[in-house]
Amino acid sequence: MALAARSYPGPLANRHAELSLKLAGAGVGWLDTLRADSAARYRATGLPTPKVEAWRYTNLKDLVGIDFASAPVVGDMALDSLPRASLLAVNGHVLAFVNGRLRPDLSTLDTLPAGVTLLPLSEAIHSDEQALSAHLGRLVEAEENPFVDLNTALMEDGVVLRLADGAVLDKPLHIISVGAVADTPLAFFPRLLAVLGRDARATIFESHAGIGEGAYLSAMASEIVLGAGAHLEHYKLQNESQSAFHVANTRVTVEAGAVYDNFVLQIGSRLSRNEVHTALIGEGASCRLNGAYLGAGKQHLDSTTFIDHAVPVCASREVYKGVLDDQAHGVFQGKILVRRDAQQTDGHQLNRALLLSRQAEVNAKPELEIYADDVKCSHGATVGELADDQLFYLQARGIDRETARGLLIEAYVQEALDEIGNAEARLPFQRLVGGWLKSRKG
Amino acid sequence: MSLIEIKNLHATVDGKPILKGIDLTIEPGTVHAIMGPNGSGKSTLSYVIAGREGYEVTDGDILLDGKSILEMEADERAIAGLFLAFQYPVEIPGVANTTFLKAAVNARRKAAGEPEVDAMQFLKMLREKTKLLGVTDEMLKRAVNVGFSGGEKKRNEILQMAVLEPRFAVLDETDSGLDIDALKIVADGVNALRSPERSMLVITHYQRLLDYIVPDKVHVLAMGRIVASGGKELAQELEATGYAGYGEPEAA
Ligand SMILES: Nc1ncnc2c1ncn2[C@@H]1O[C@H](COP(=O)(O)OP(=O)(O)O)[C@@H](O)[C@H]1O
Ligand SMILES: [Mg+2]
Repeated sequence: MALAARSYPGPLANRHAELSLKLAGAGVGWLDTLRADSAARYRATGLPTPKVEAWRYTNLKDLVGIDFASAPVVGDMALDSLPRASLLAVNGHVLAFVNGRLRPDLSTLDTLPAGVTLLPLSEAIHSDEQALSAHLGRLVEAEENPFVDLNTALMEDGVVLRLADGAVLDKPLHIISVGAVADTPLAFFPRLLAVLGRDARATIFESHAGIGEGAYLSAMASEIVLGAGAHLEHYKLQNESQSAFHVANTRVTVEAGAVYDNFVLQIGSRLSRNEVHTALIGEGASCRLNGAYLGAGKQHLDSTTFIDHAVPVCASREVYKGVLDDQAHGVFQGKILVRRDAQQTDGHQLNRALLLSRQAEVNAKPELEIYADDVKCSHGATVGELADDQLFYLQARGIDRETARGLLIEAYVQEALDEIGNAEARLPFQRLVGGWLKSRKG
Repeated sequence: MSLIEIKNLHATVDGKPILKGIDLTIEPGTVHAIMGPNGSGKSTLSYVIAGREGYEVTDGDILLDGKSILEMEADERAIAGLFLAFQYPVEIPGVANTTFLKAAVNARRKAAGEPEVDAMQFLKMLREKTKLLGVTDEMLKRAVNVGFSGGEKKRNEILQMAVLEPRFAVLDETDSGLDIDALKIVADGVNALRSPERSMLVITHYQRLLDYIVPDKVHVLAMGRIVASGGKELAQELEATGYAGYGEPEAA
């Protein structure tokens, strides 16, 4: 093998031909082509090694060492109920997937308001084909991302949400993805397509969790198109089981005056990478990419973001905070590109990490690439430990060391949670963070 | 029995000897003052009493009710009834003042085997104490000391003392940075807490505070030792002569 190999052979790369015949929608011409093209690209590129700059801090060697089977072929596990405690506690429309497959019995789709189409992907392929073929794969065709390609090649199910101009999704949509560990390590590829028309509004929650011990790979890909003046709140929990791999890619385009408001909490998995790319393509568009990651044991949690300020007068705000204990490893990569035309850009990025142990580690790579001259951009990055003077101050008031540490860690994470503007959405995250802190004690 | 007995106390900070043999006995209900030039070891003494890490006692002892506290953690000392009003109160972003106060109260209750304080009762108790000190509801909601003015921070320290009702309180330069009105509010707050069971050690650089909190005894700390002790008139003498001769040149 070459010394500076830039790629690993991709899992499942050679099985596409055989698997594709069994996927939902097999035989639908444009979809077959889309899948086959993606599969070919994936086969050619493989998965990146740390020699590839964007993957410098996240090494996939453990992932590529596993012989994954594609979940749709093996079929889903018997699962009577959802692992509620591991999910965000929110009310709304629920689409639940087990190992990538829709479970109608665990889902609840209430009557939808006018102008709203909400379907499982496996159904939309047939009943909403025109809209689907117009959008699916469009946001990702320009880039070569092997995980997106792998998803496109093998996607089996997922969610299609379309809102007509001015439509409002009455209740939040909760997408639940559960990895149920089987005898063979499974890989599954949920897909989300959300297209919001002019001035449409929606809230999406995602909960990713697992049941059982053992490896699986959850590799979701999402394409989100926000028309002028649209508003999407998108909240995600990554709480996969401890031996799982989670690699998710989200691509968003934001038209004039539209708002993409995103928060991601990562607490689960053995290795995860959550990658969000947002392109602000209409004047006055804005995005908020916020998140928190809490790692312990040997977890590896990667948050990678890219914000493309393509046109003038757009705003982006980004706050990520991490807490790492034991030998956990955190990665934050945040690139902000301000193109030549994007005058009066307002960009703010902050990422902070708190290390609770000597062996915990974080790699932070903020990257500002600015070609316009009239911009207001700031970024800050800090890595620190709990402050001795704060601990002493609390202890001097009679609060024991463990409780004092808990208070300070909670306060630290709270700063990121406060970025969730919607108080109702903040609560379920707070509960999970509290649970994480409790599990750390003793 | 004396409430506090400090005997031949030697302490180092980062291996550097700072306290070089301090003896001090404080009876219940009395207020002692410690004055001294900057760098003489006043704050070091307060940290050593409170049990701060990195402040190592190399000789001597500190007794509370006749029992050594040196093996106790800072939080255990606080539960036992010690309190330190910090010279530089620490800012704790993200922790609301009320959350902090409640955690401190509950720590005490837990140690006493009592249930956690009822939220309504706690707020009611807090309101009574805040009135005297001019601490607003808004200050209670804010994160501990974050964005507080110098005076607000010091009032917040005294509020904590009022809530926690310690048996022995060390007030480290609670007057520094206060204008005369703020000083009076703080002094009133402190005086309201004087009682036959409660003792205080008031650390100050200036005599001014002692016009408002009148001490039973005054000590002068210089270069890690108590070099003079007397009644409240000693403070006035120092006001006239300054600390010349105590290790700090007189201001030009
Ligand atoms: N963290 C520290 N490390 C080393 N020396 C210190 C530290 N803190 C204080 N000192 C030194 O200890 C001495 C006493 O300081 P301090 O107790 O703060 O004096 P005071 O409160 O009387 O002004 C000073 O010489 C100071 O420089
Ligand atoms: Mg001092």
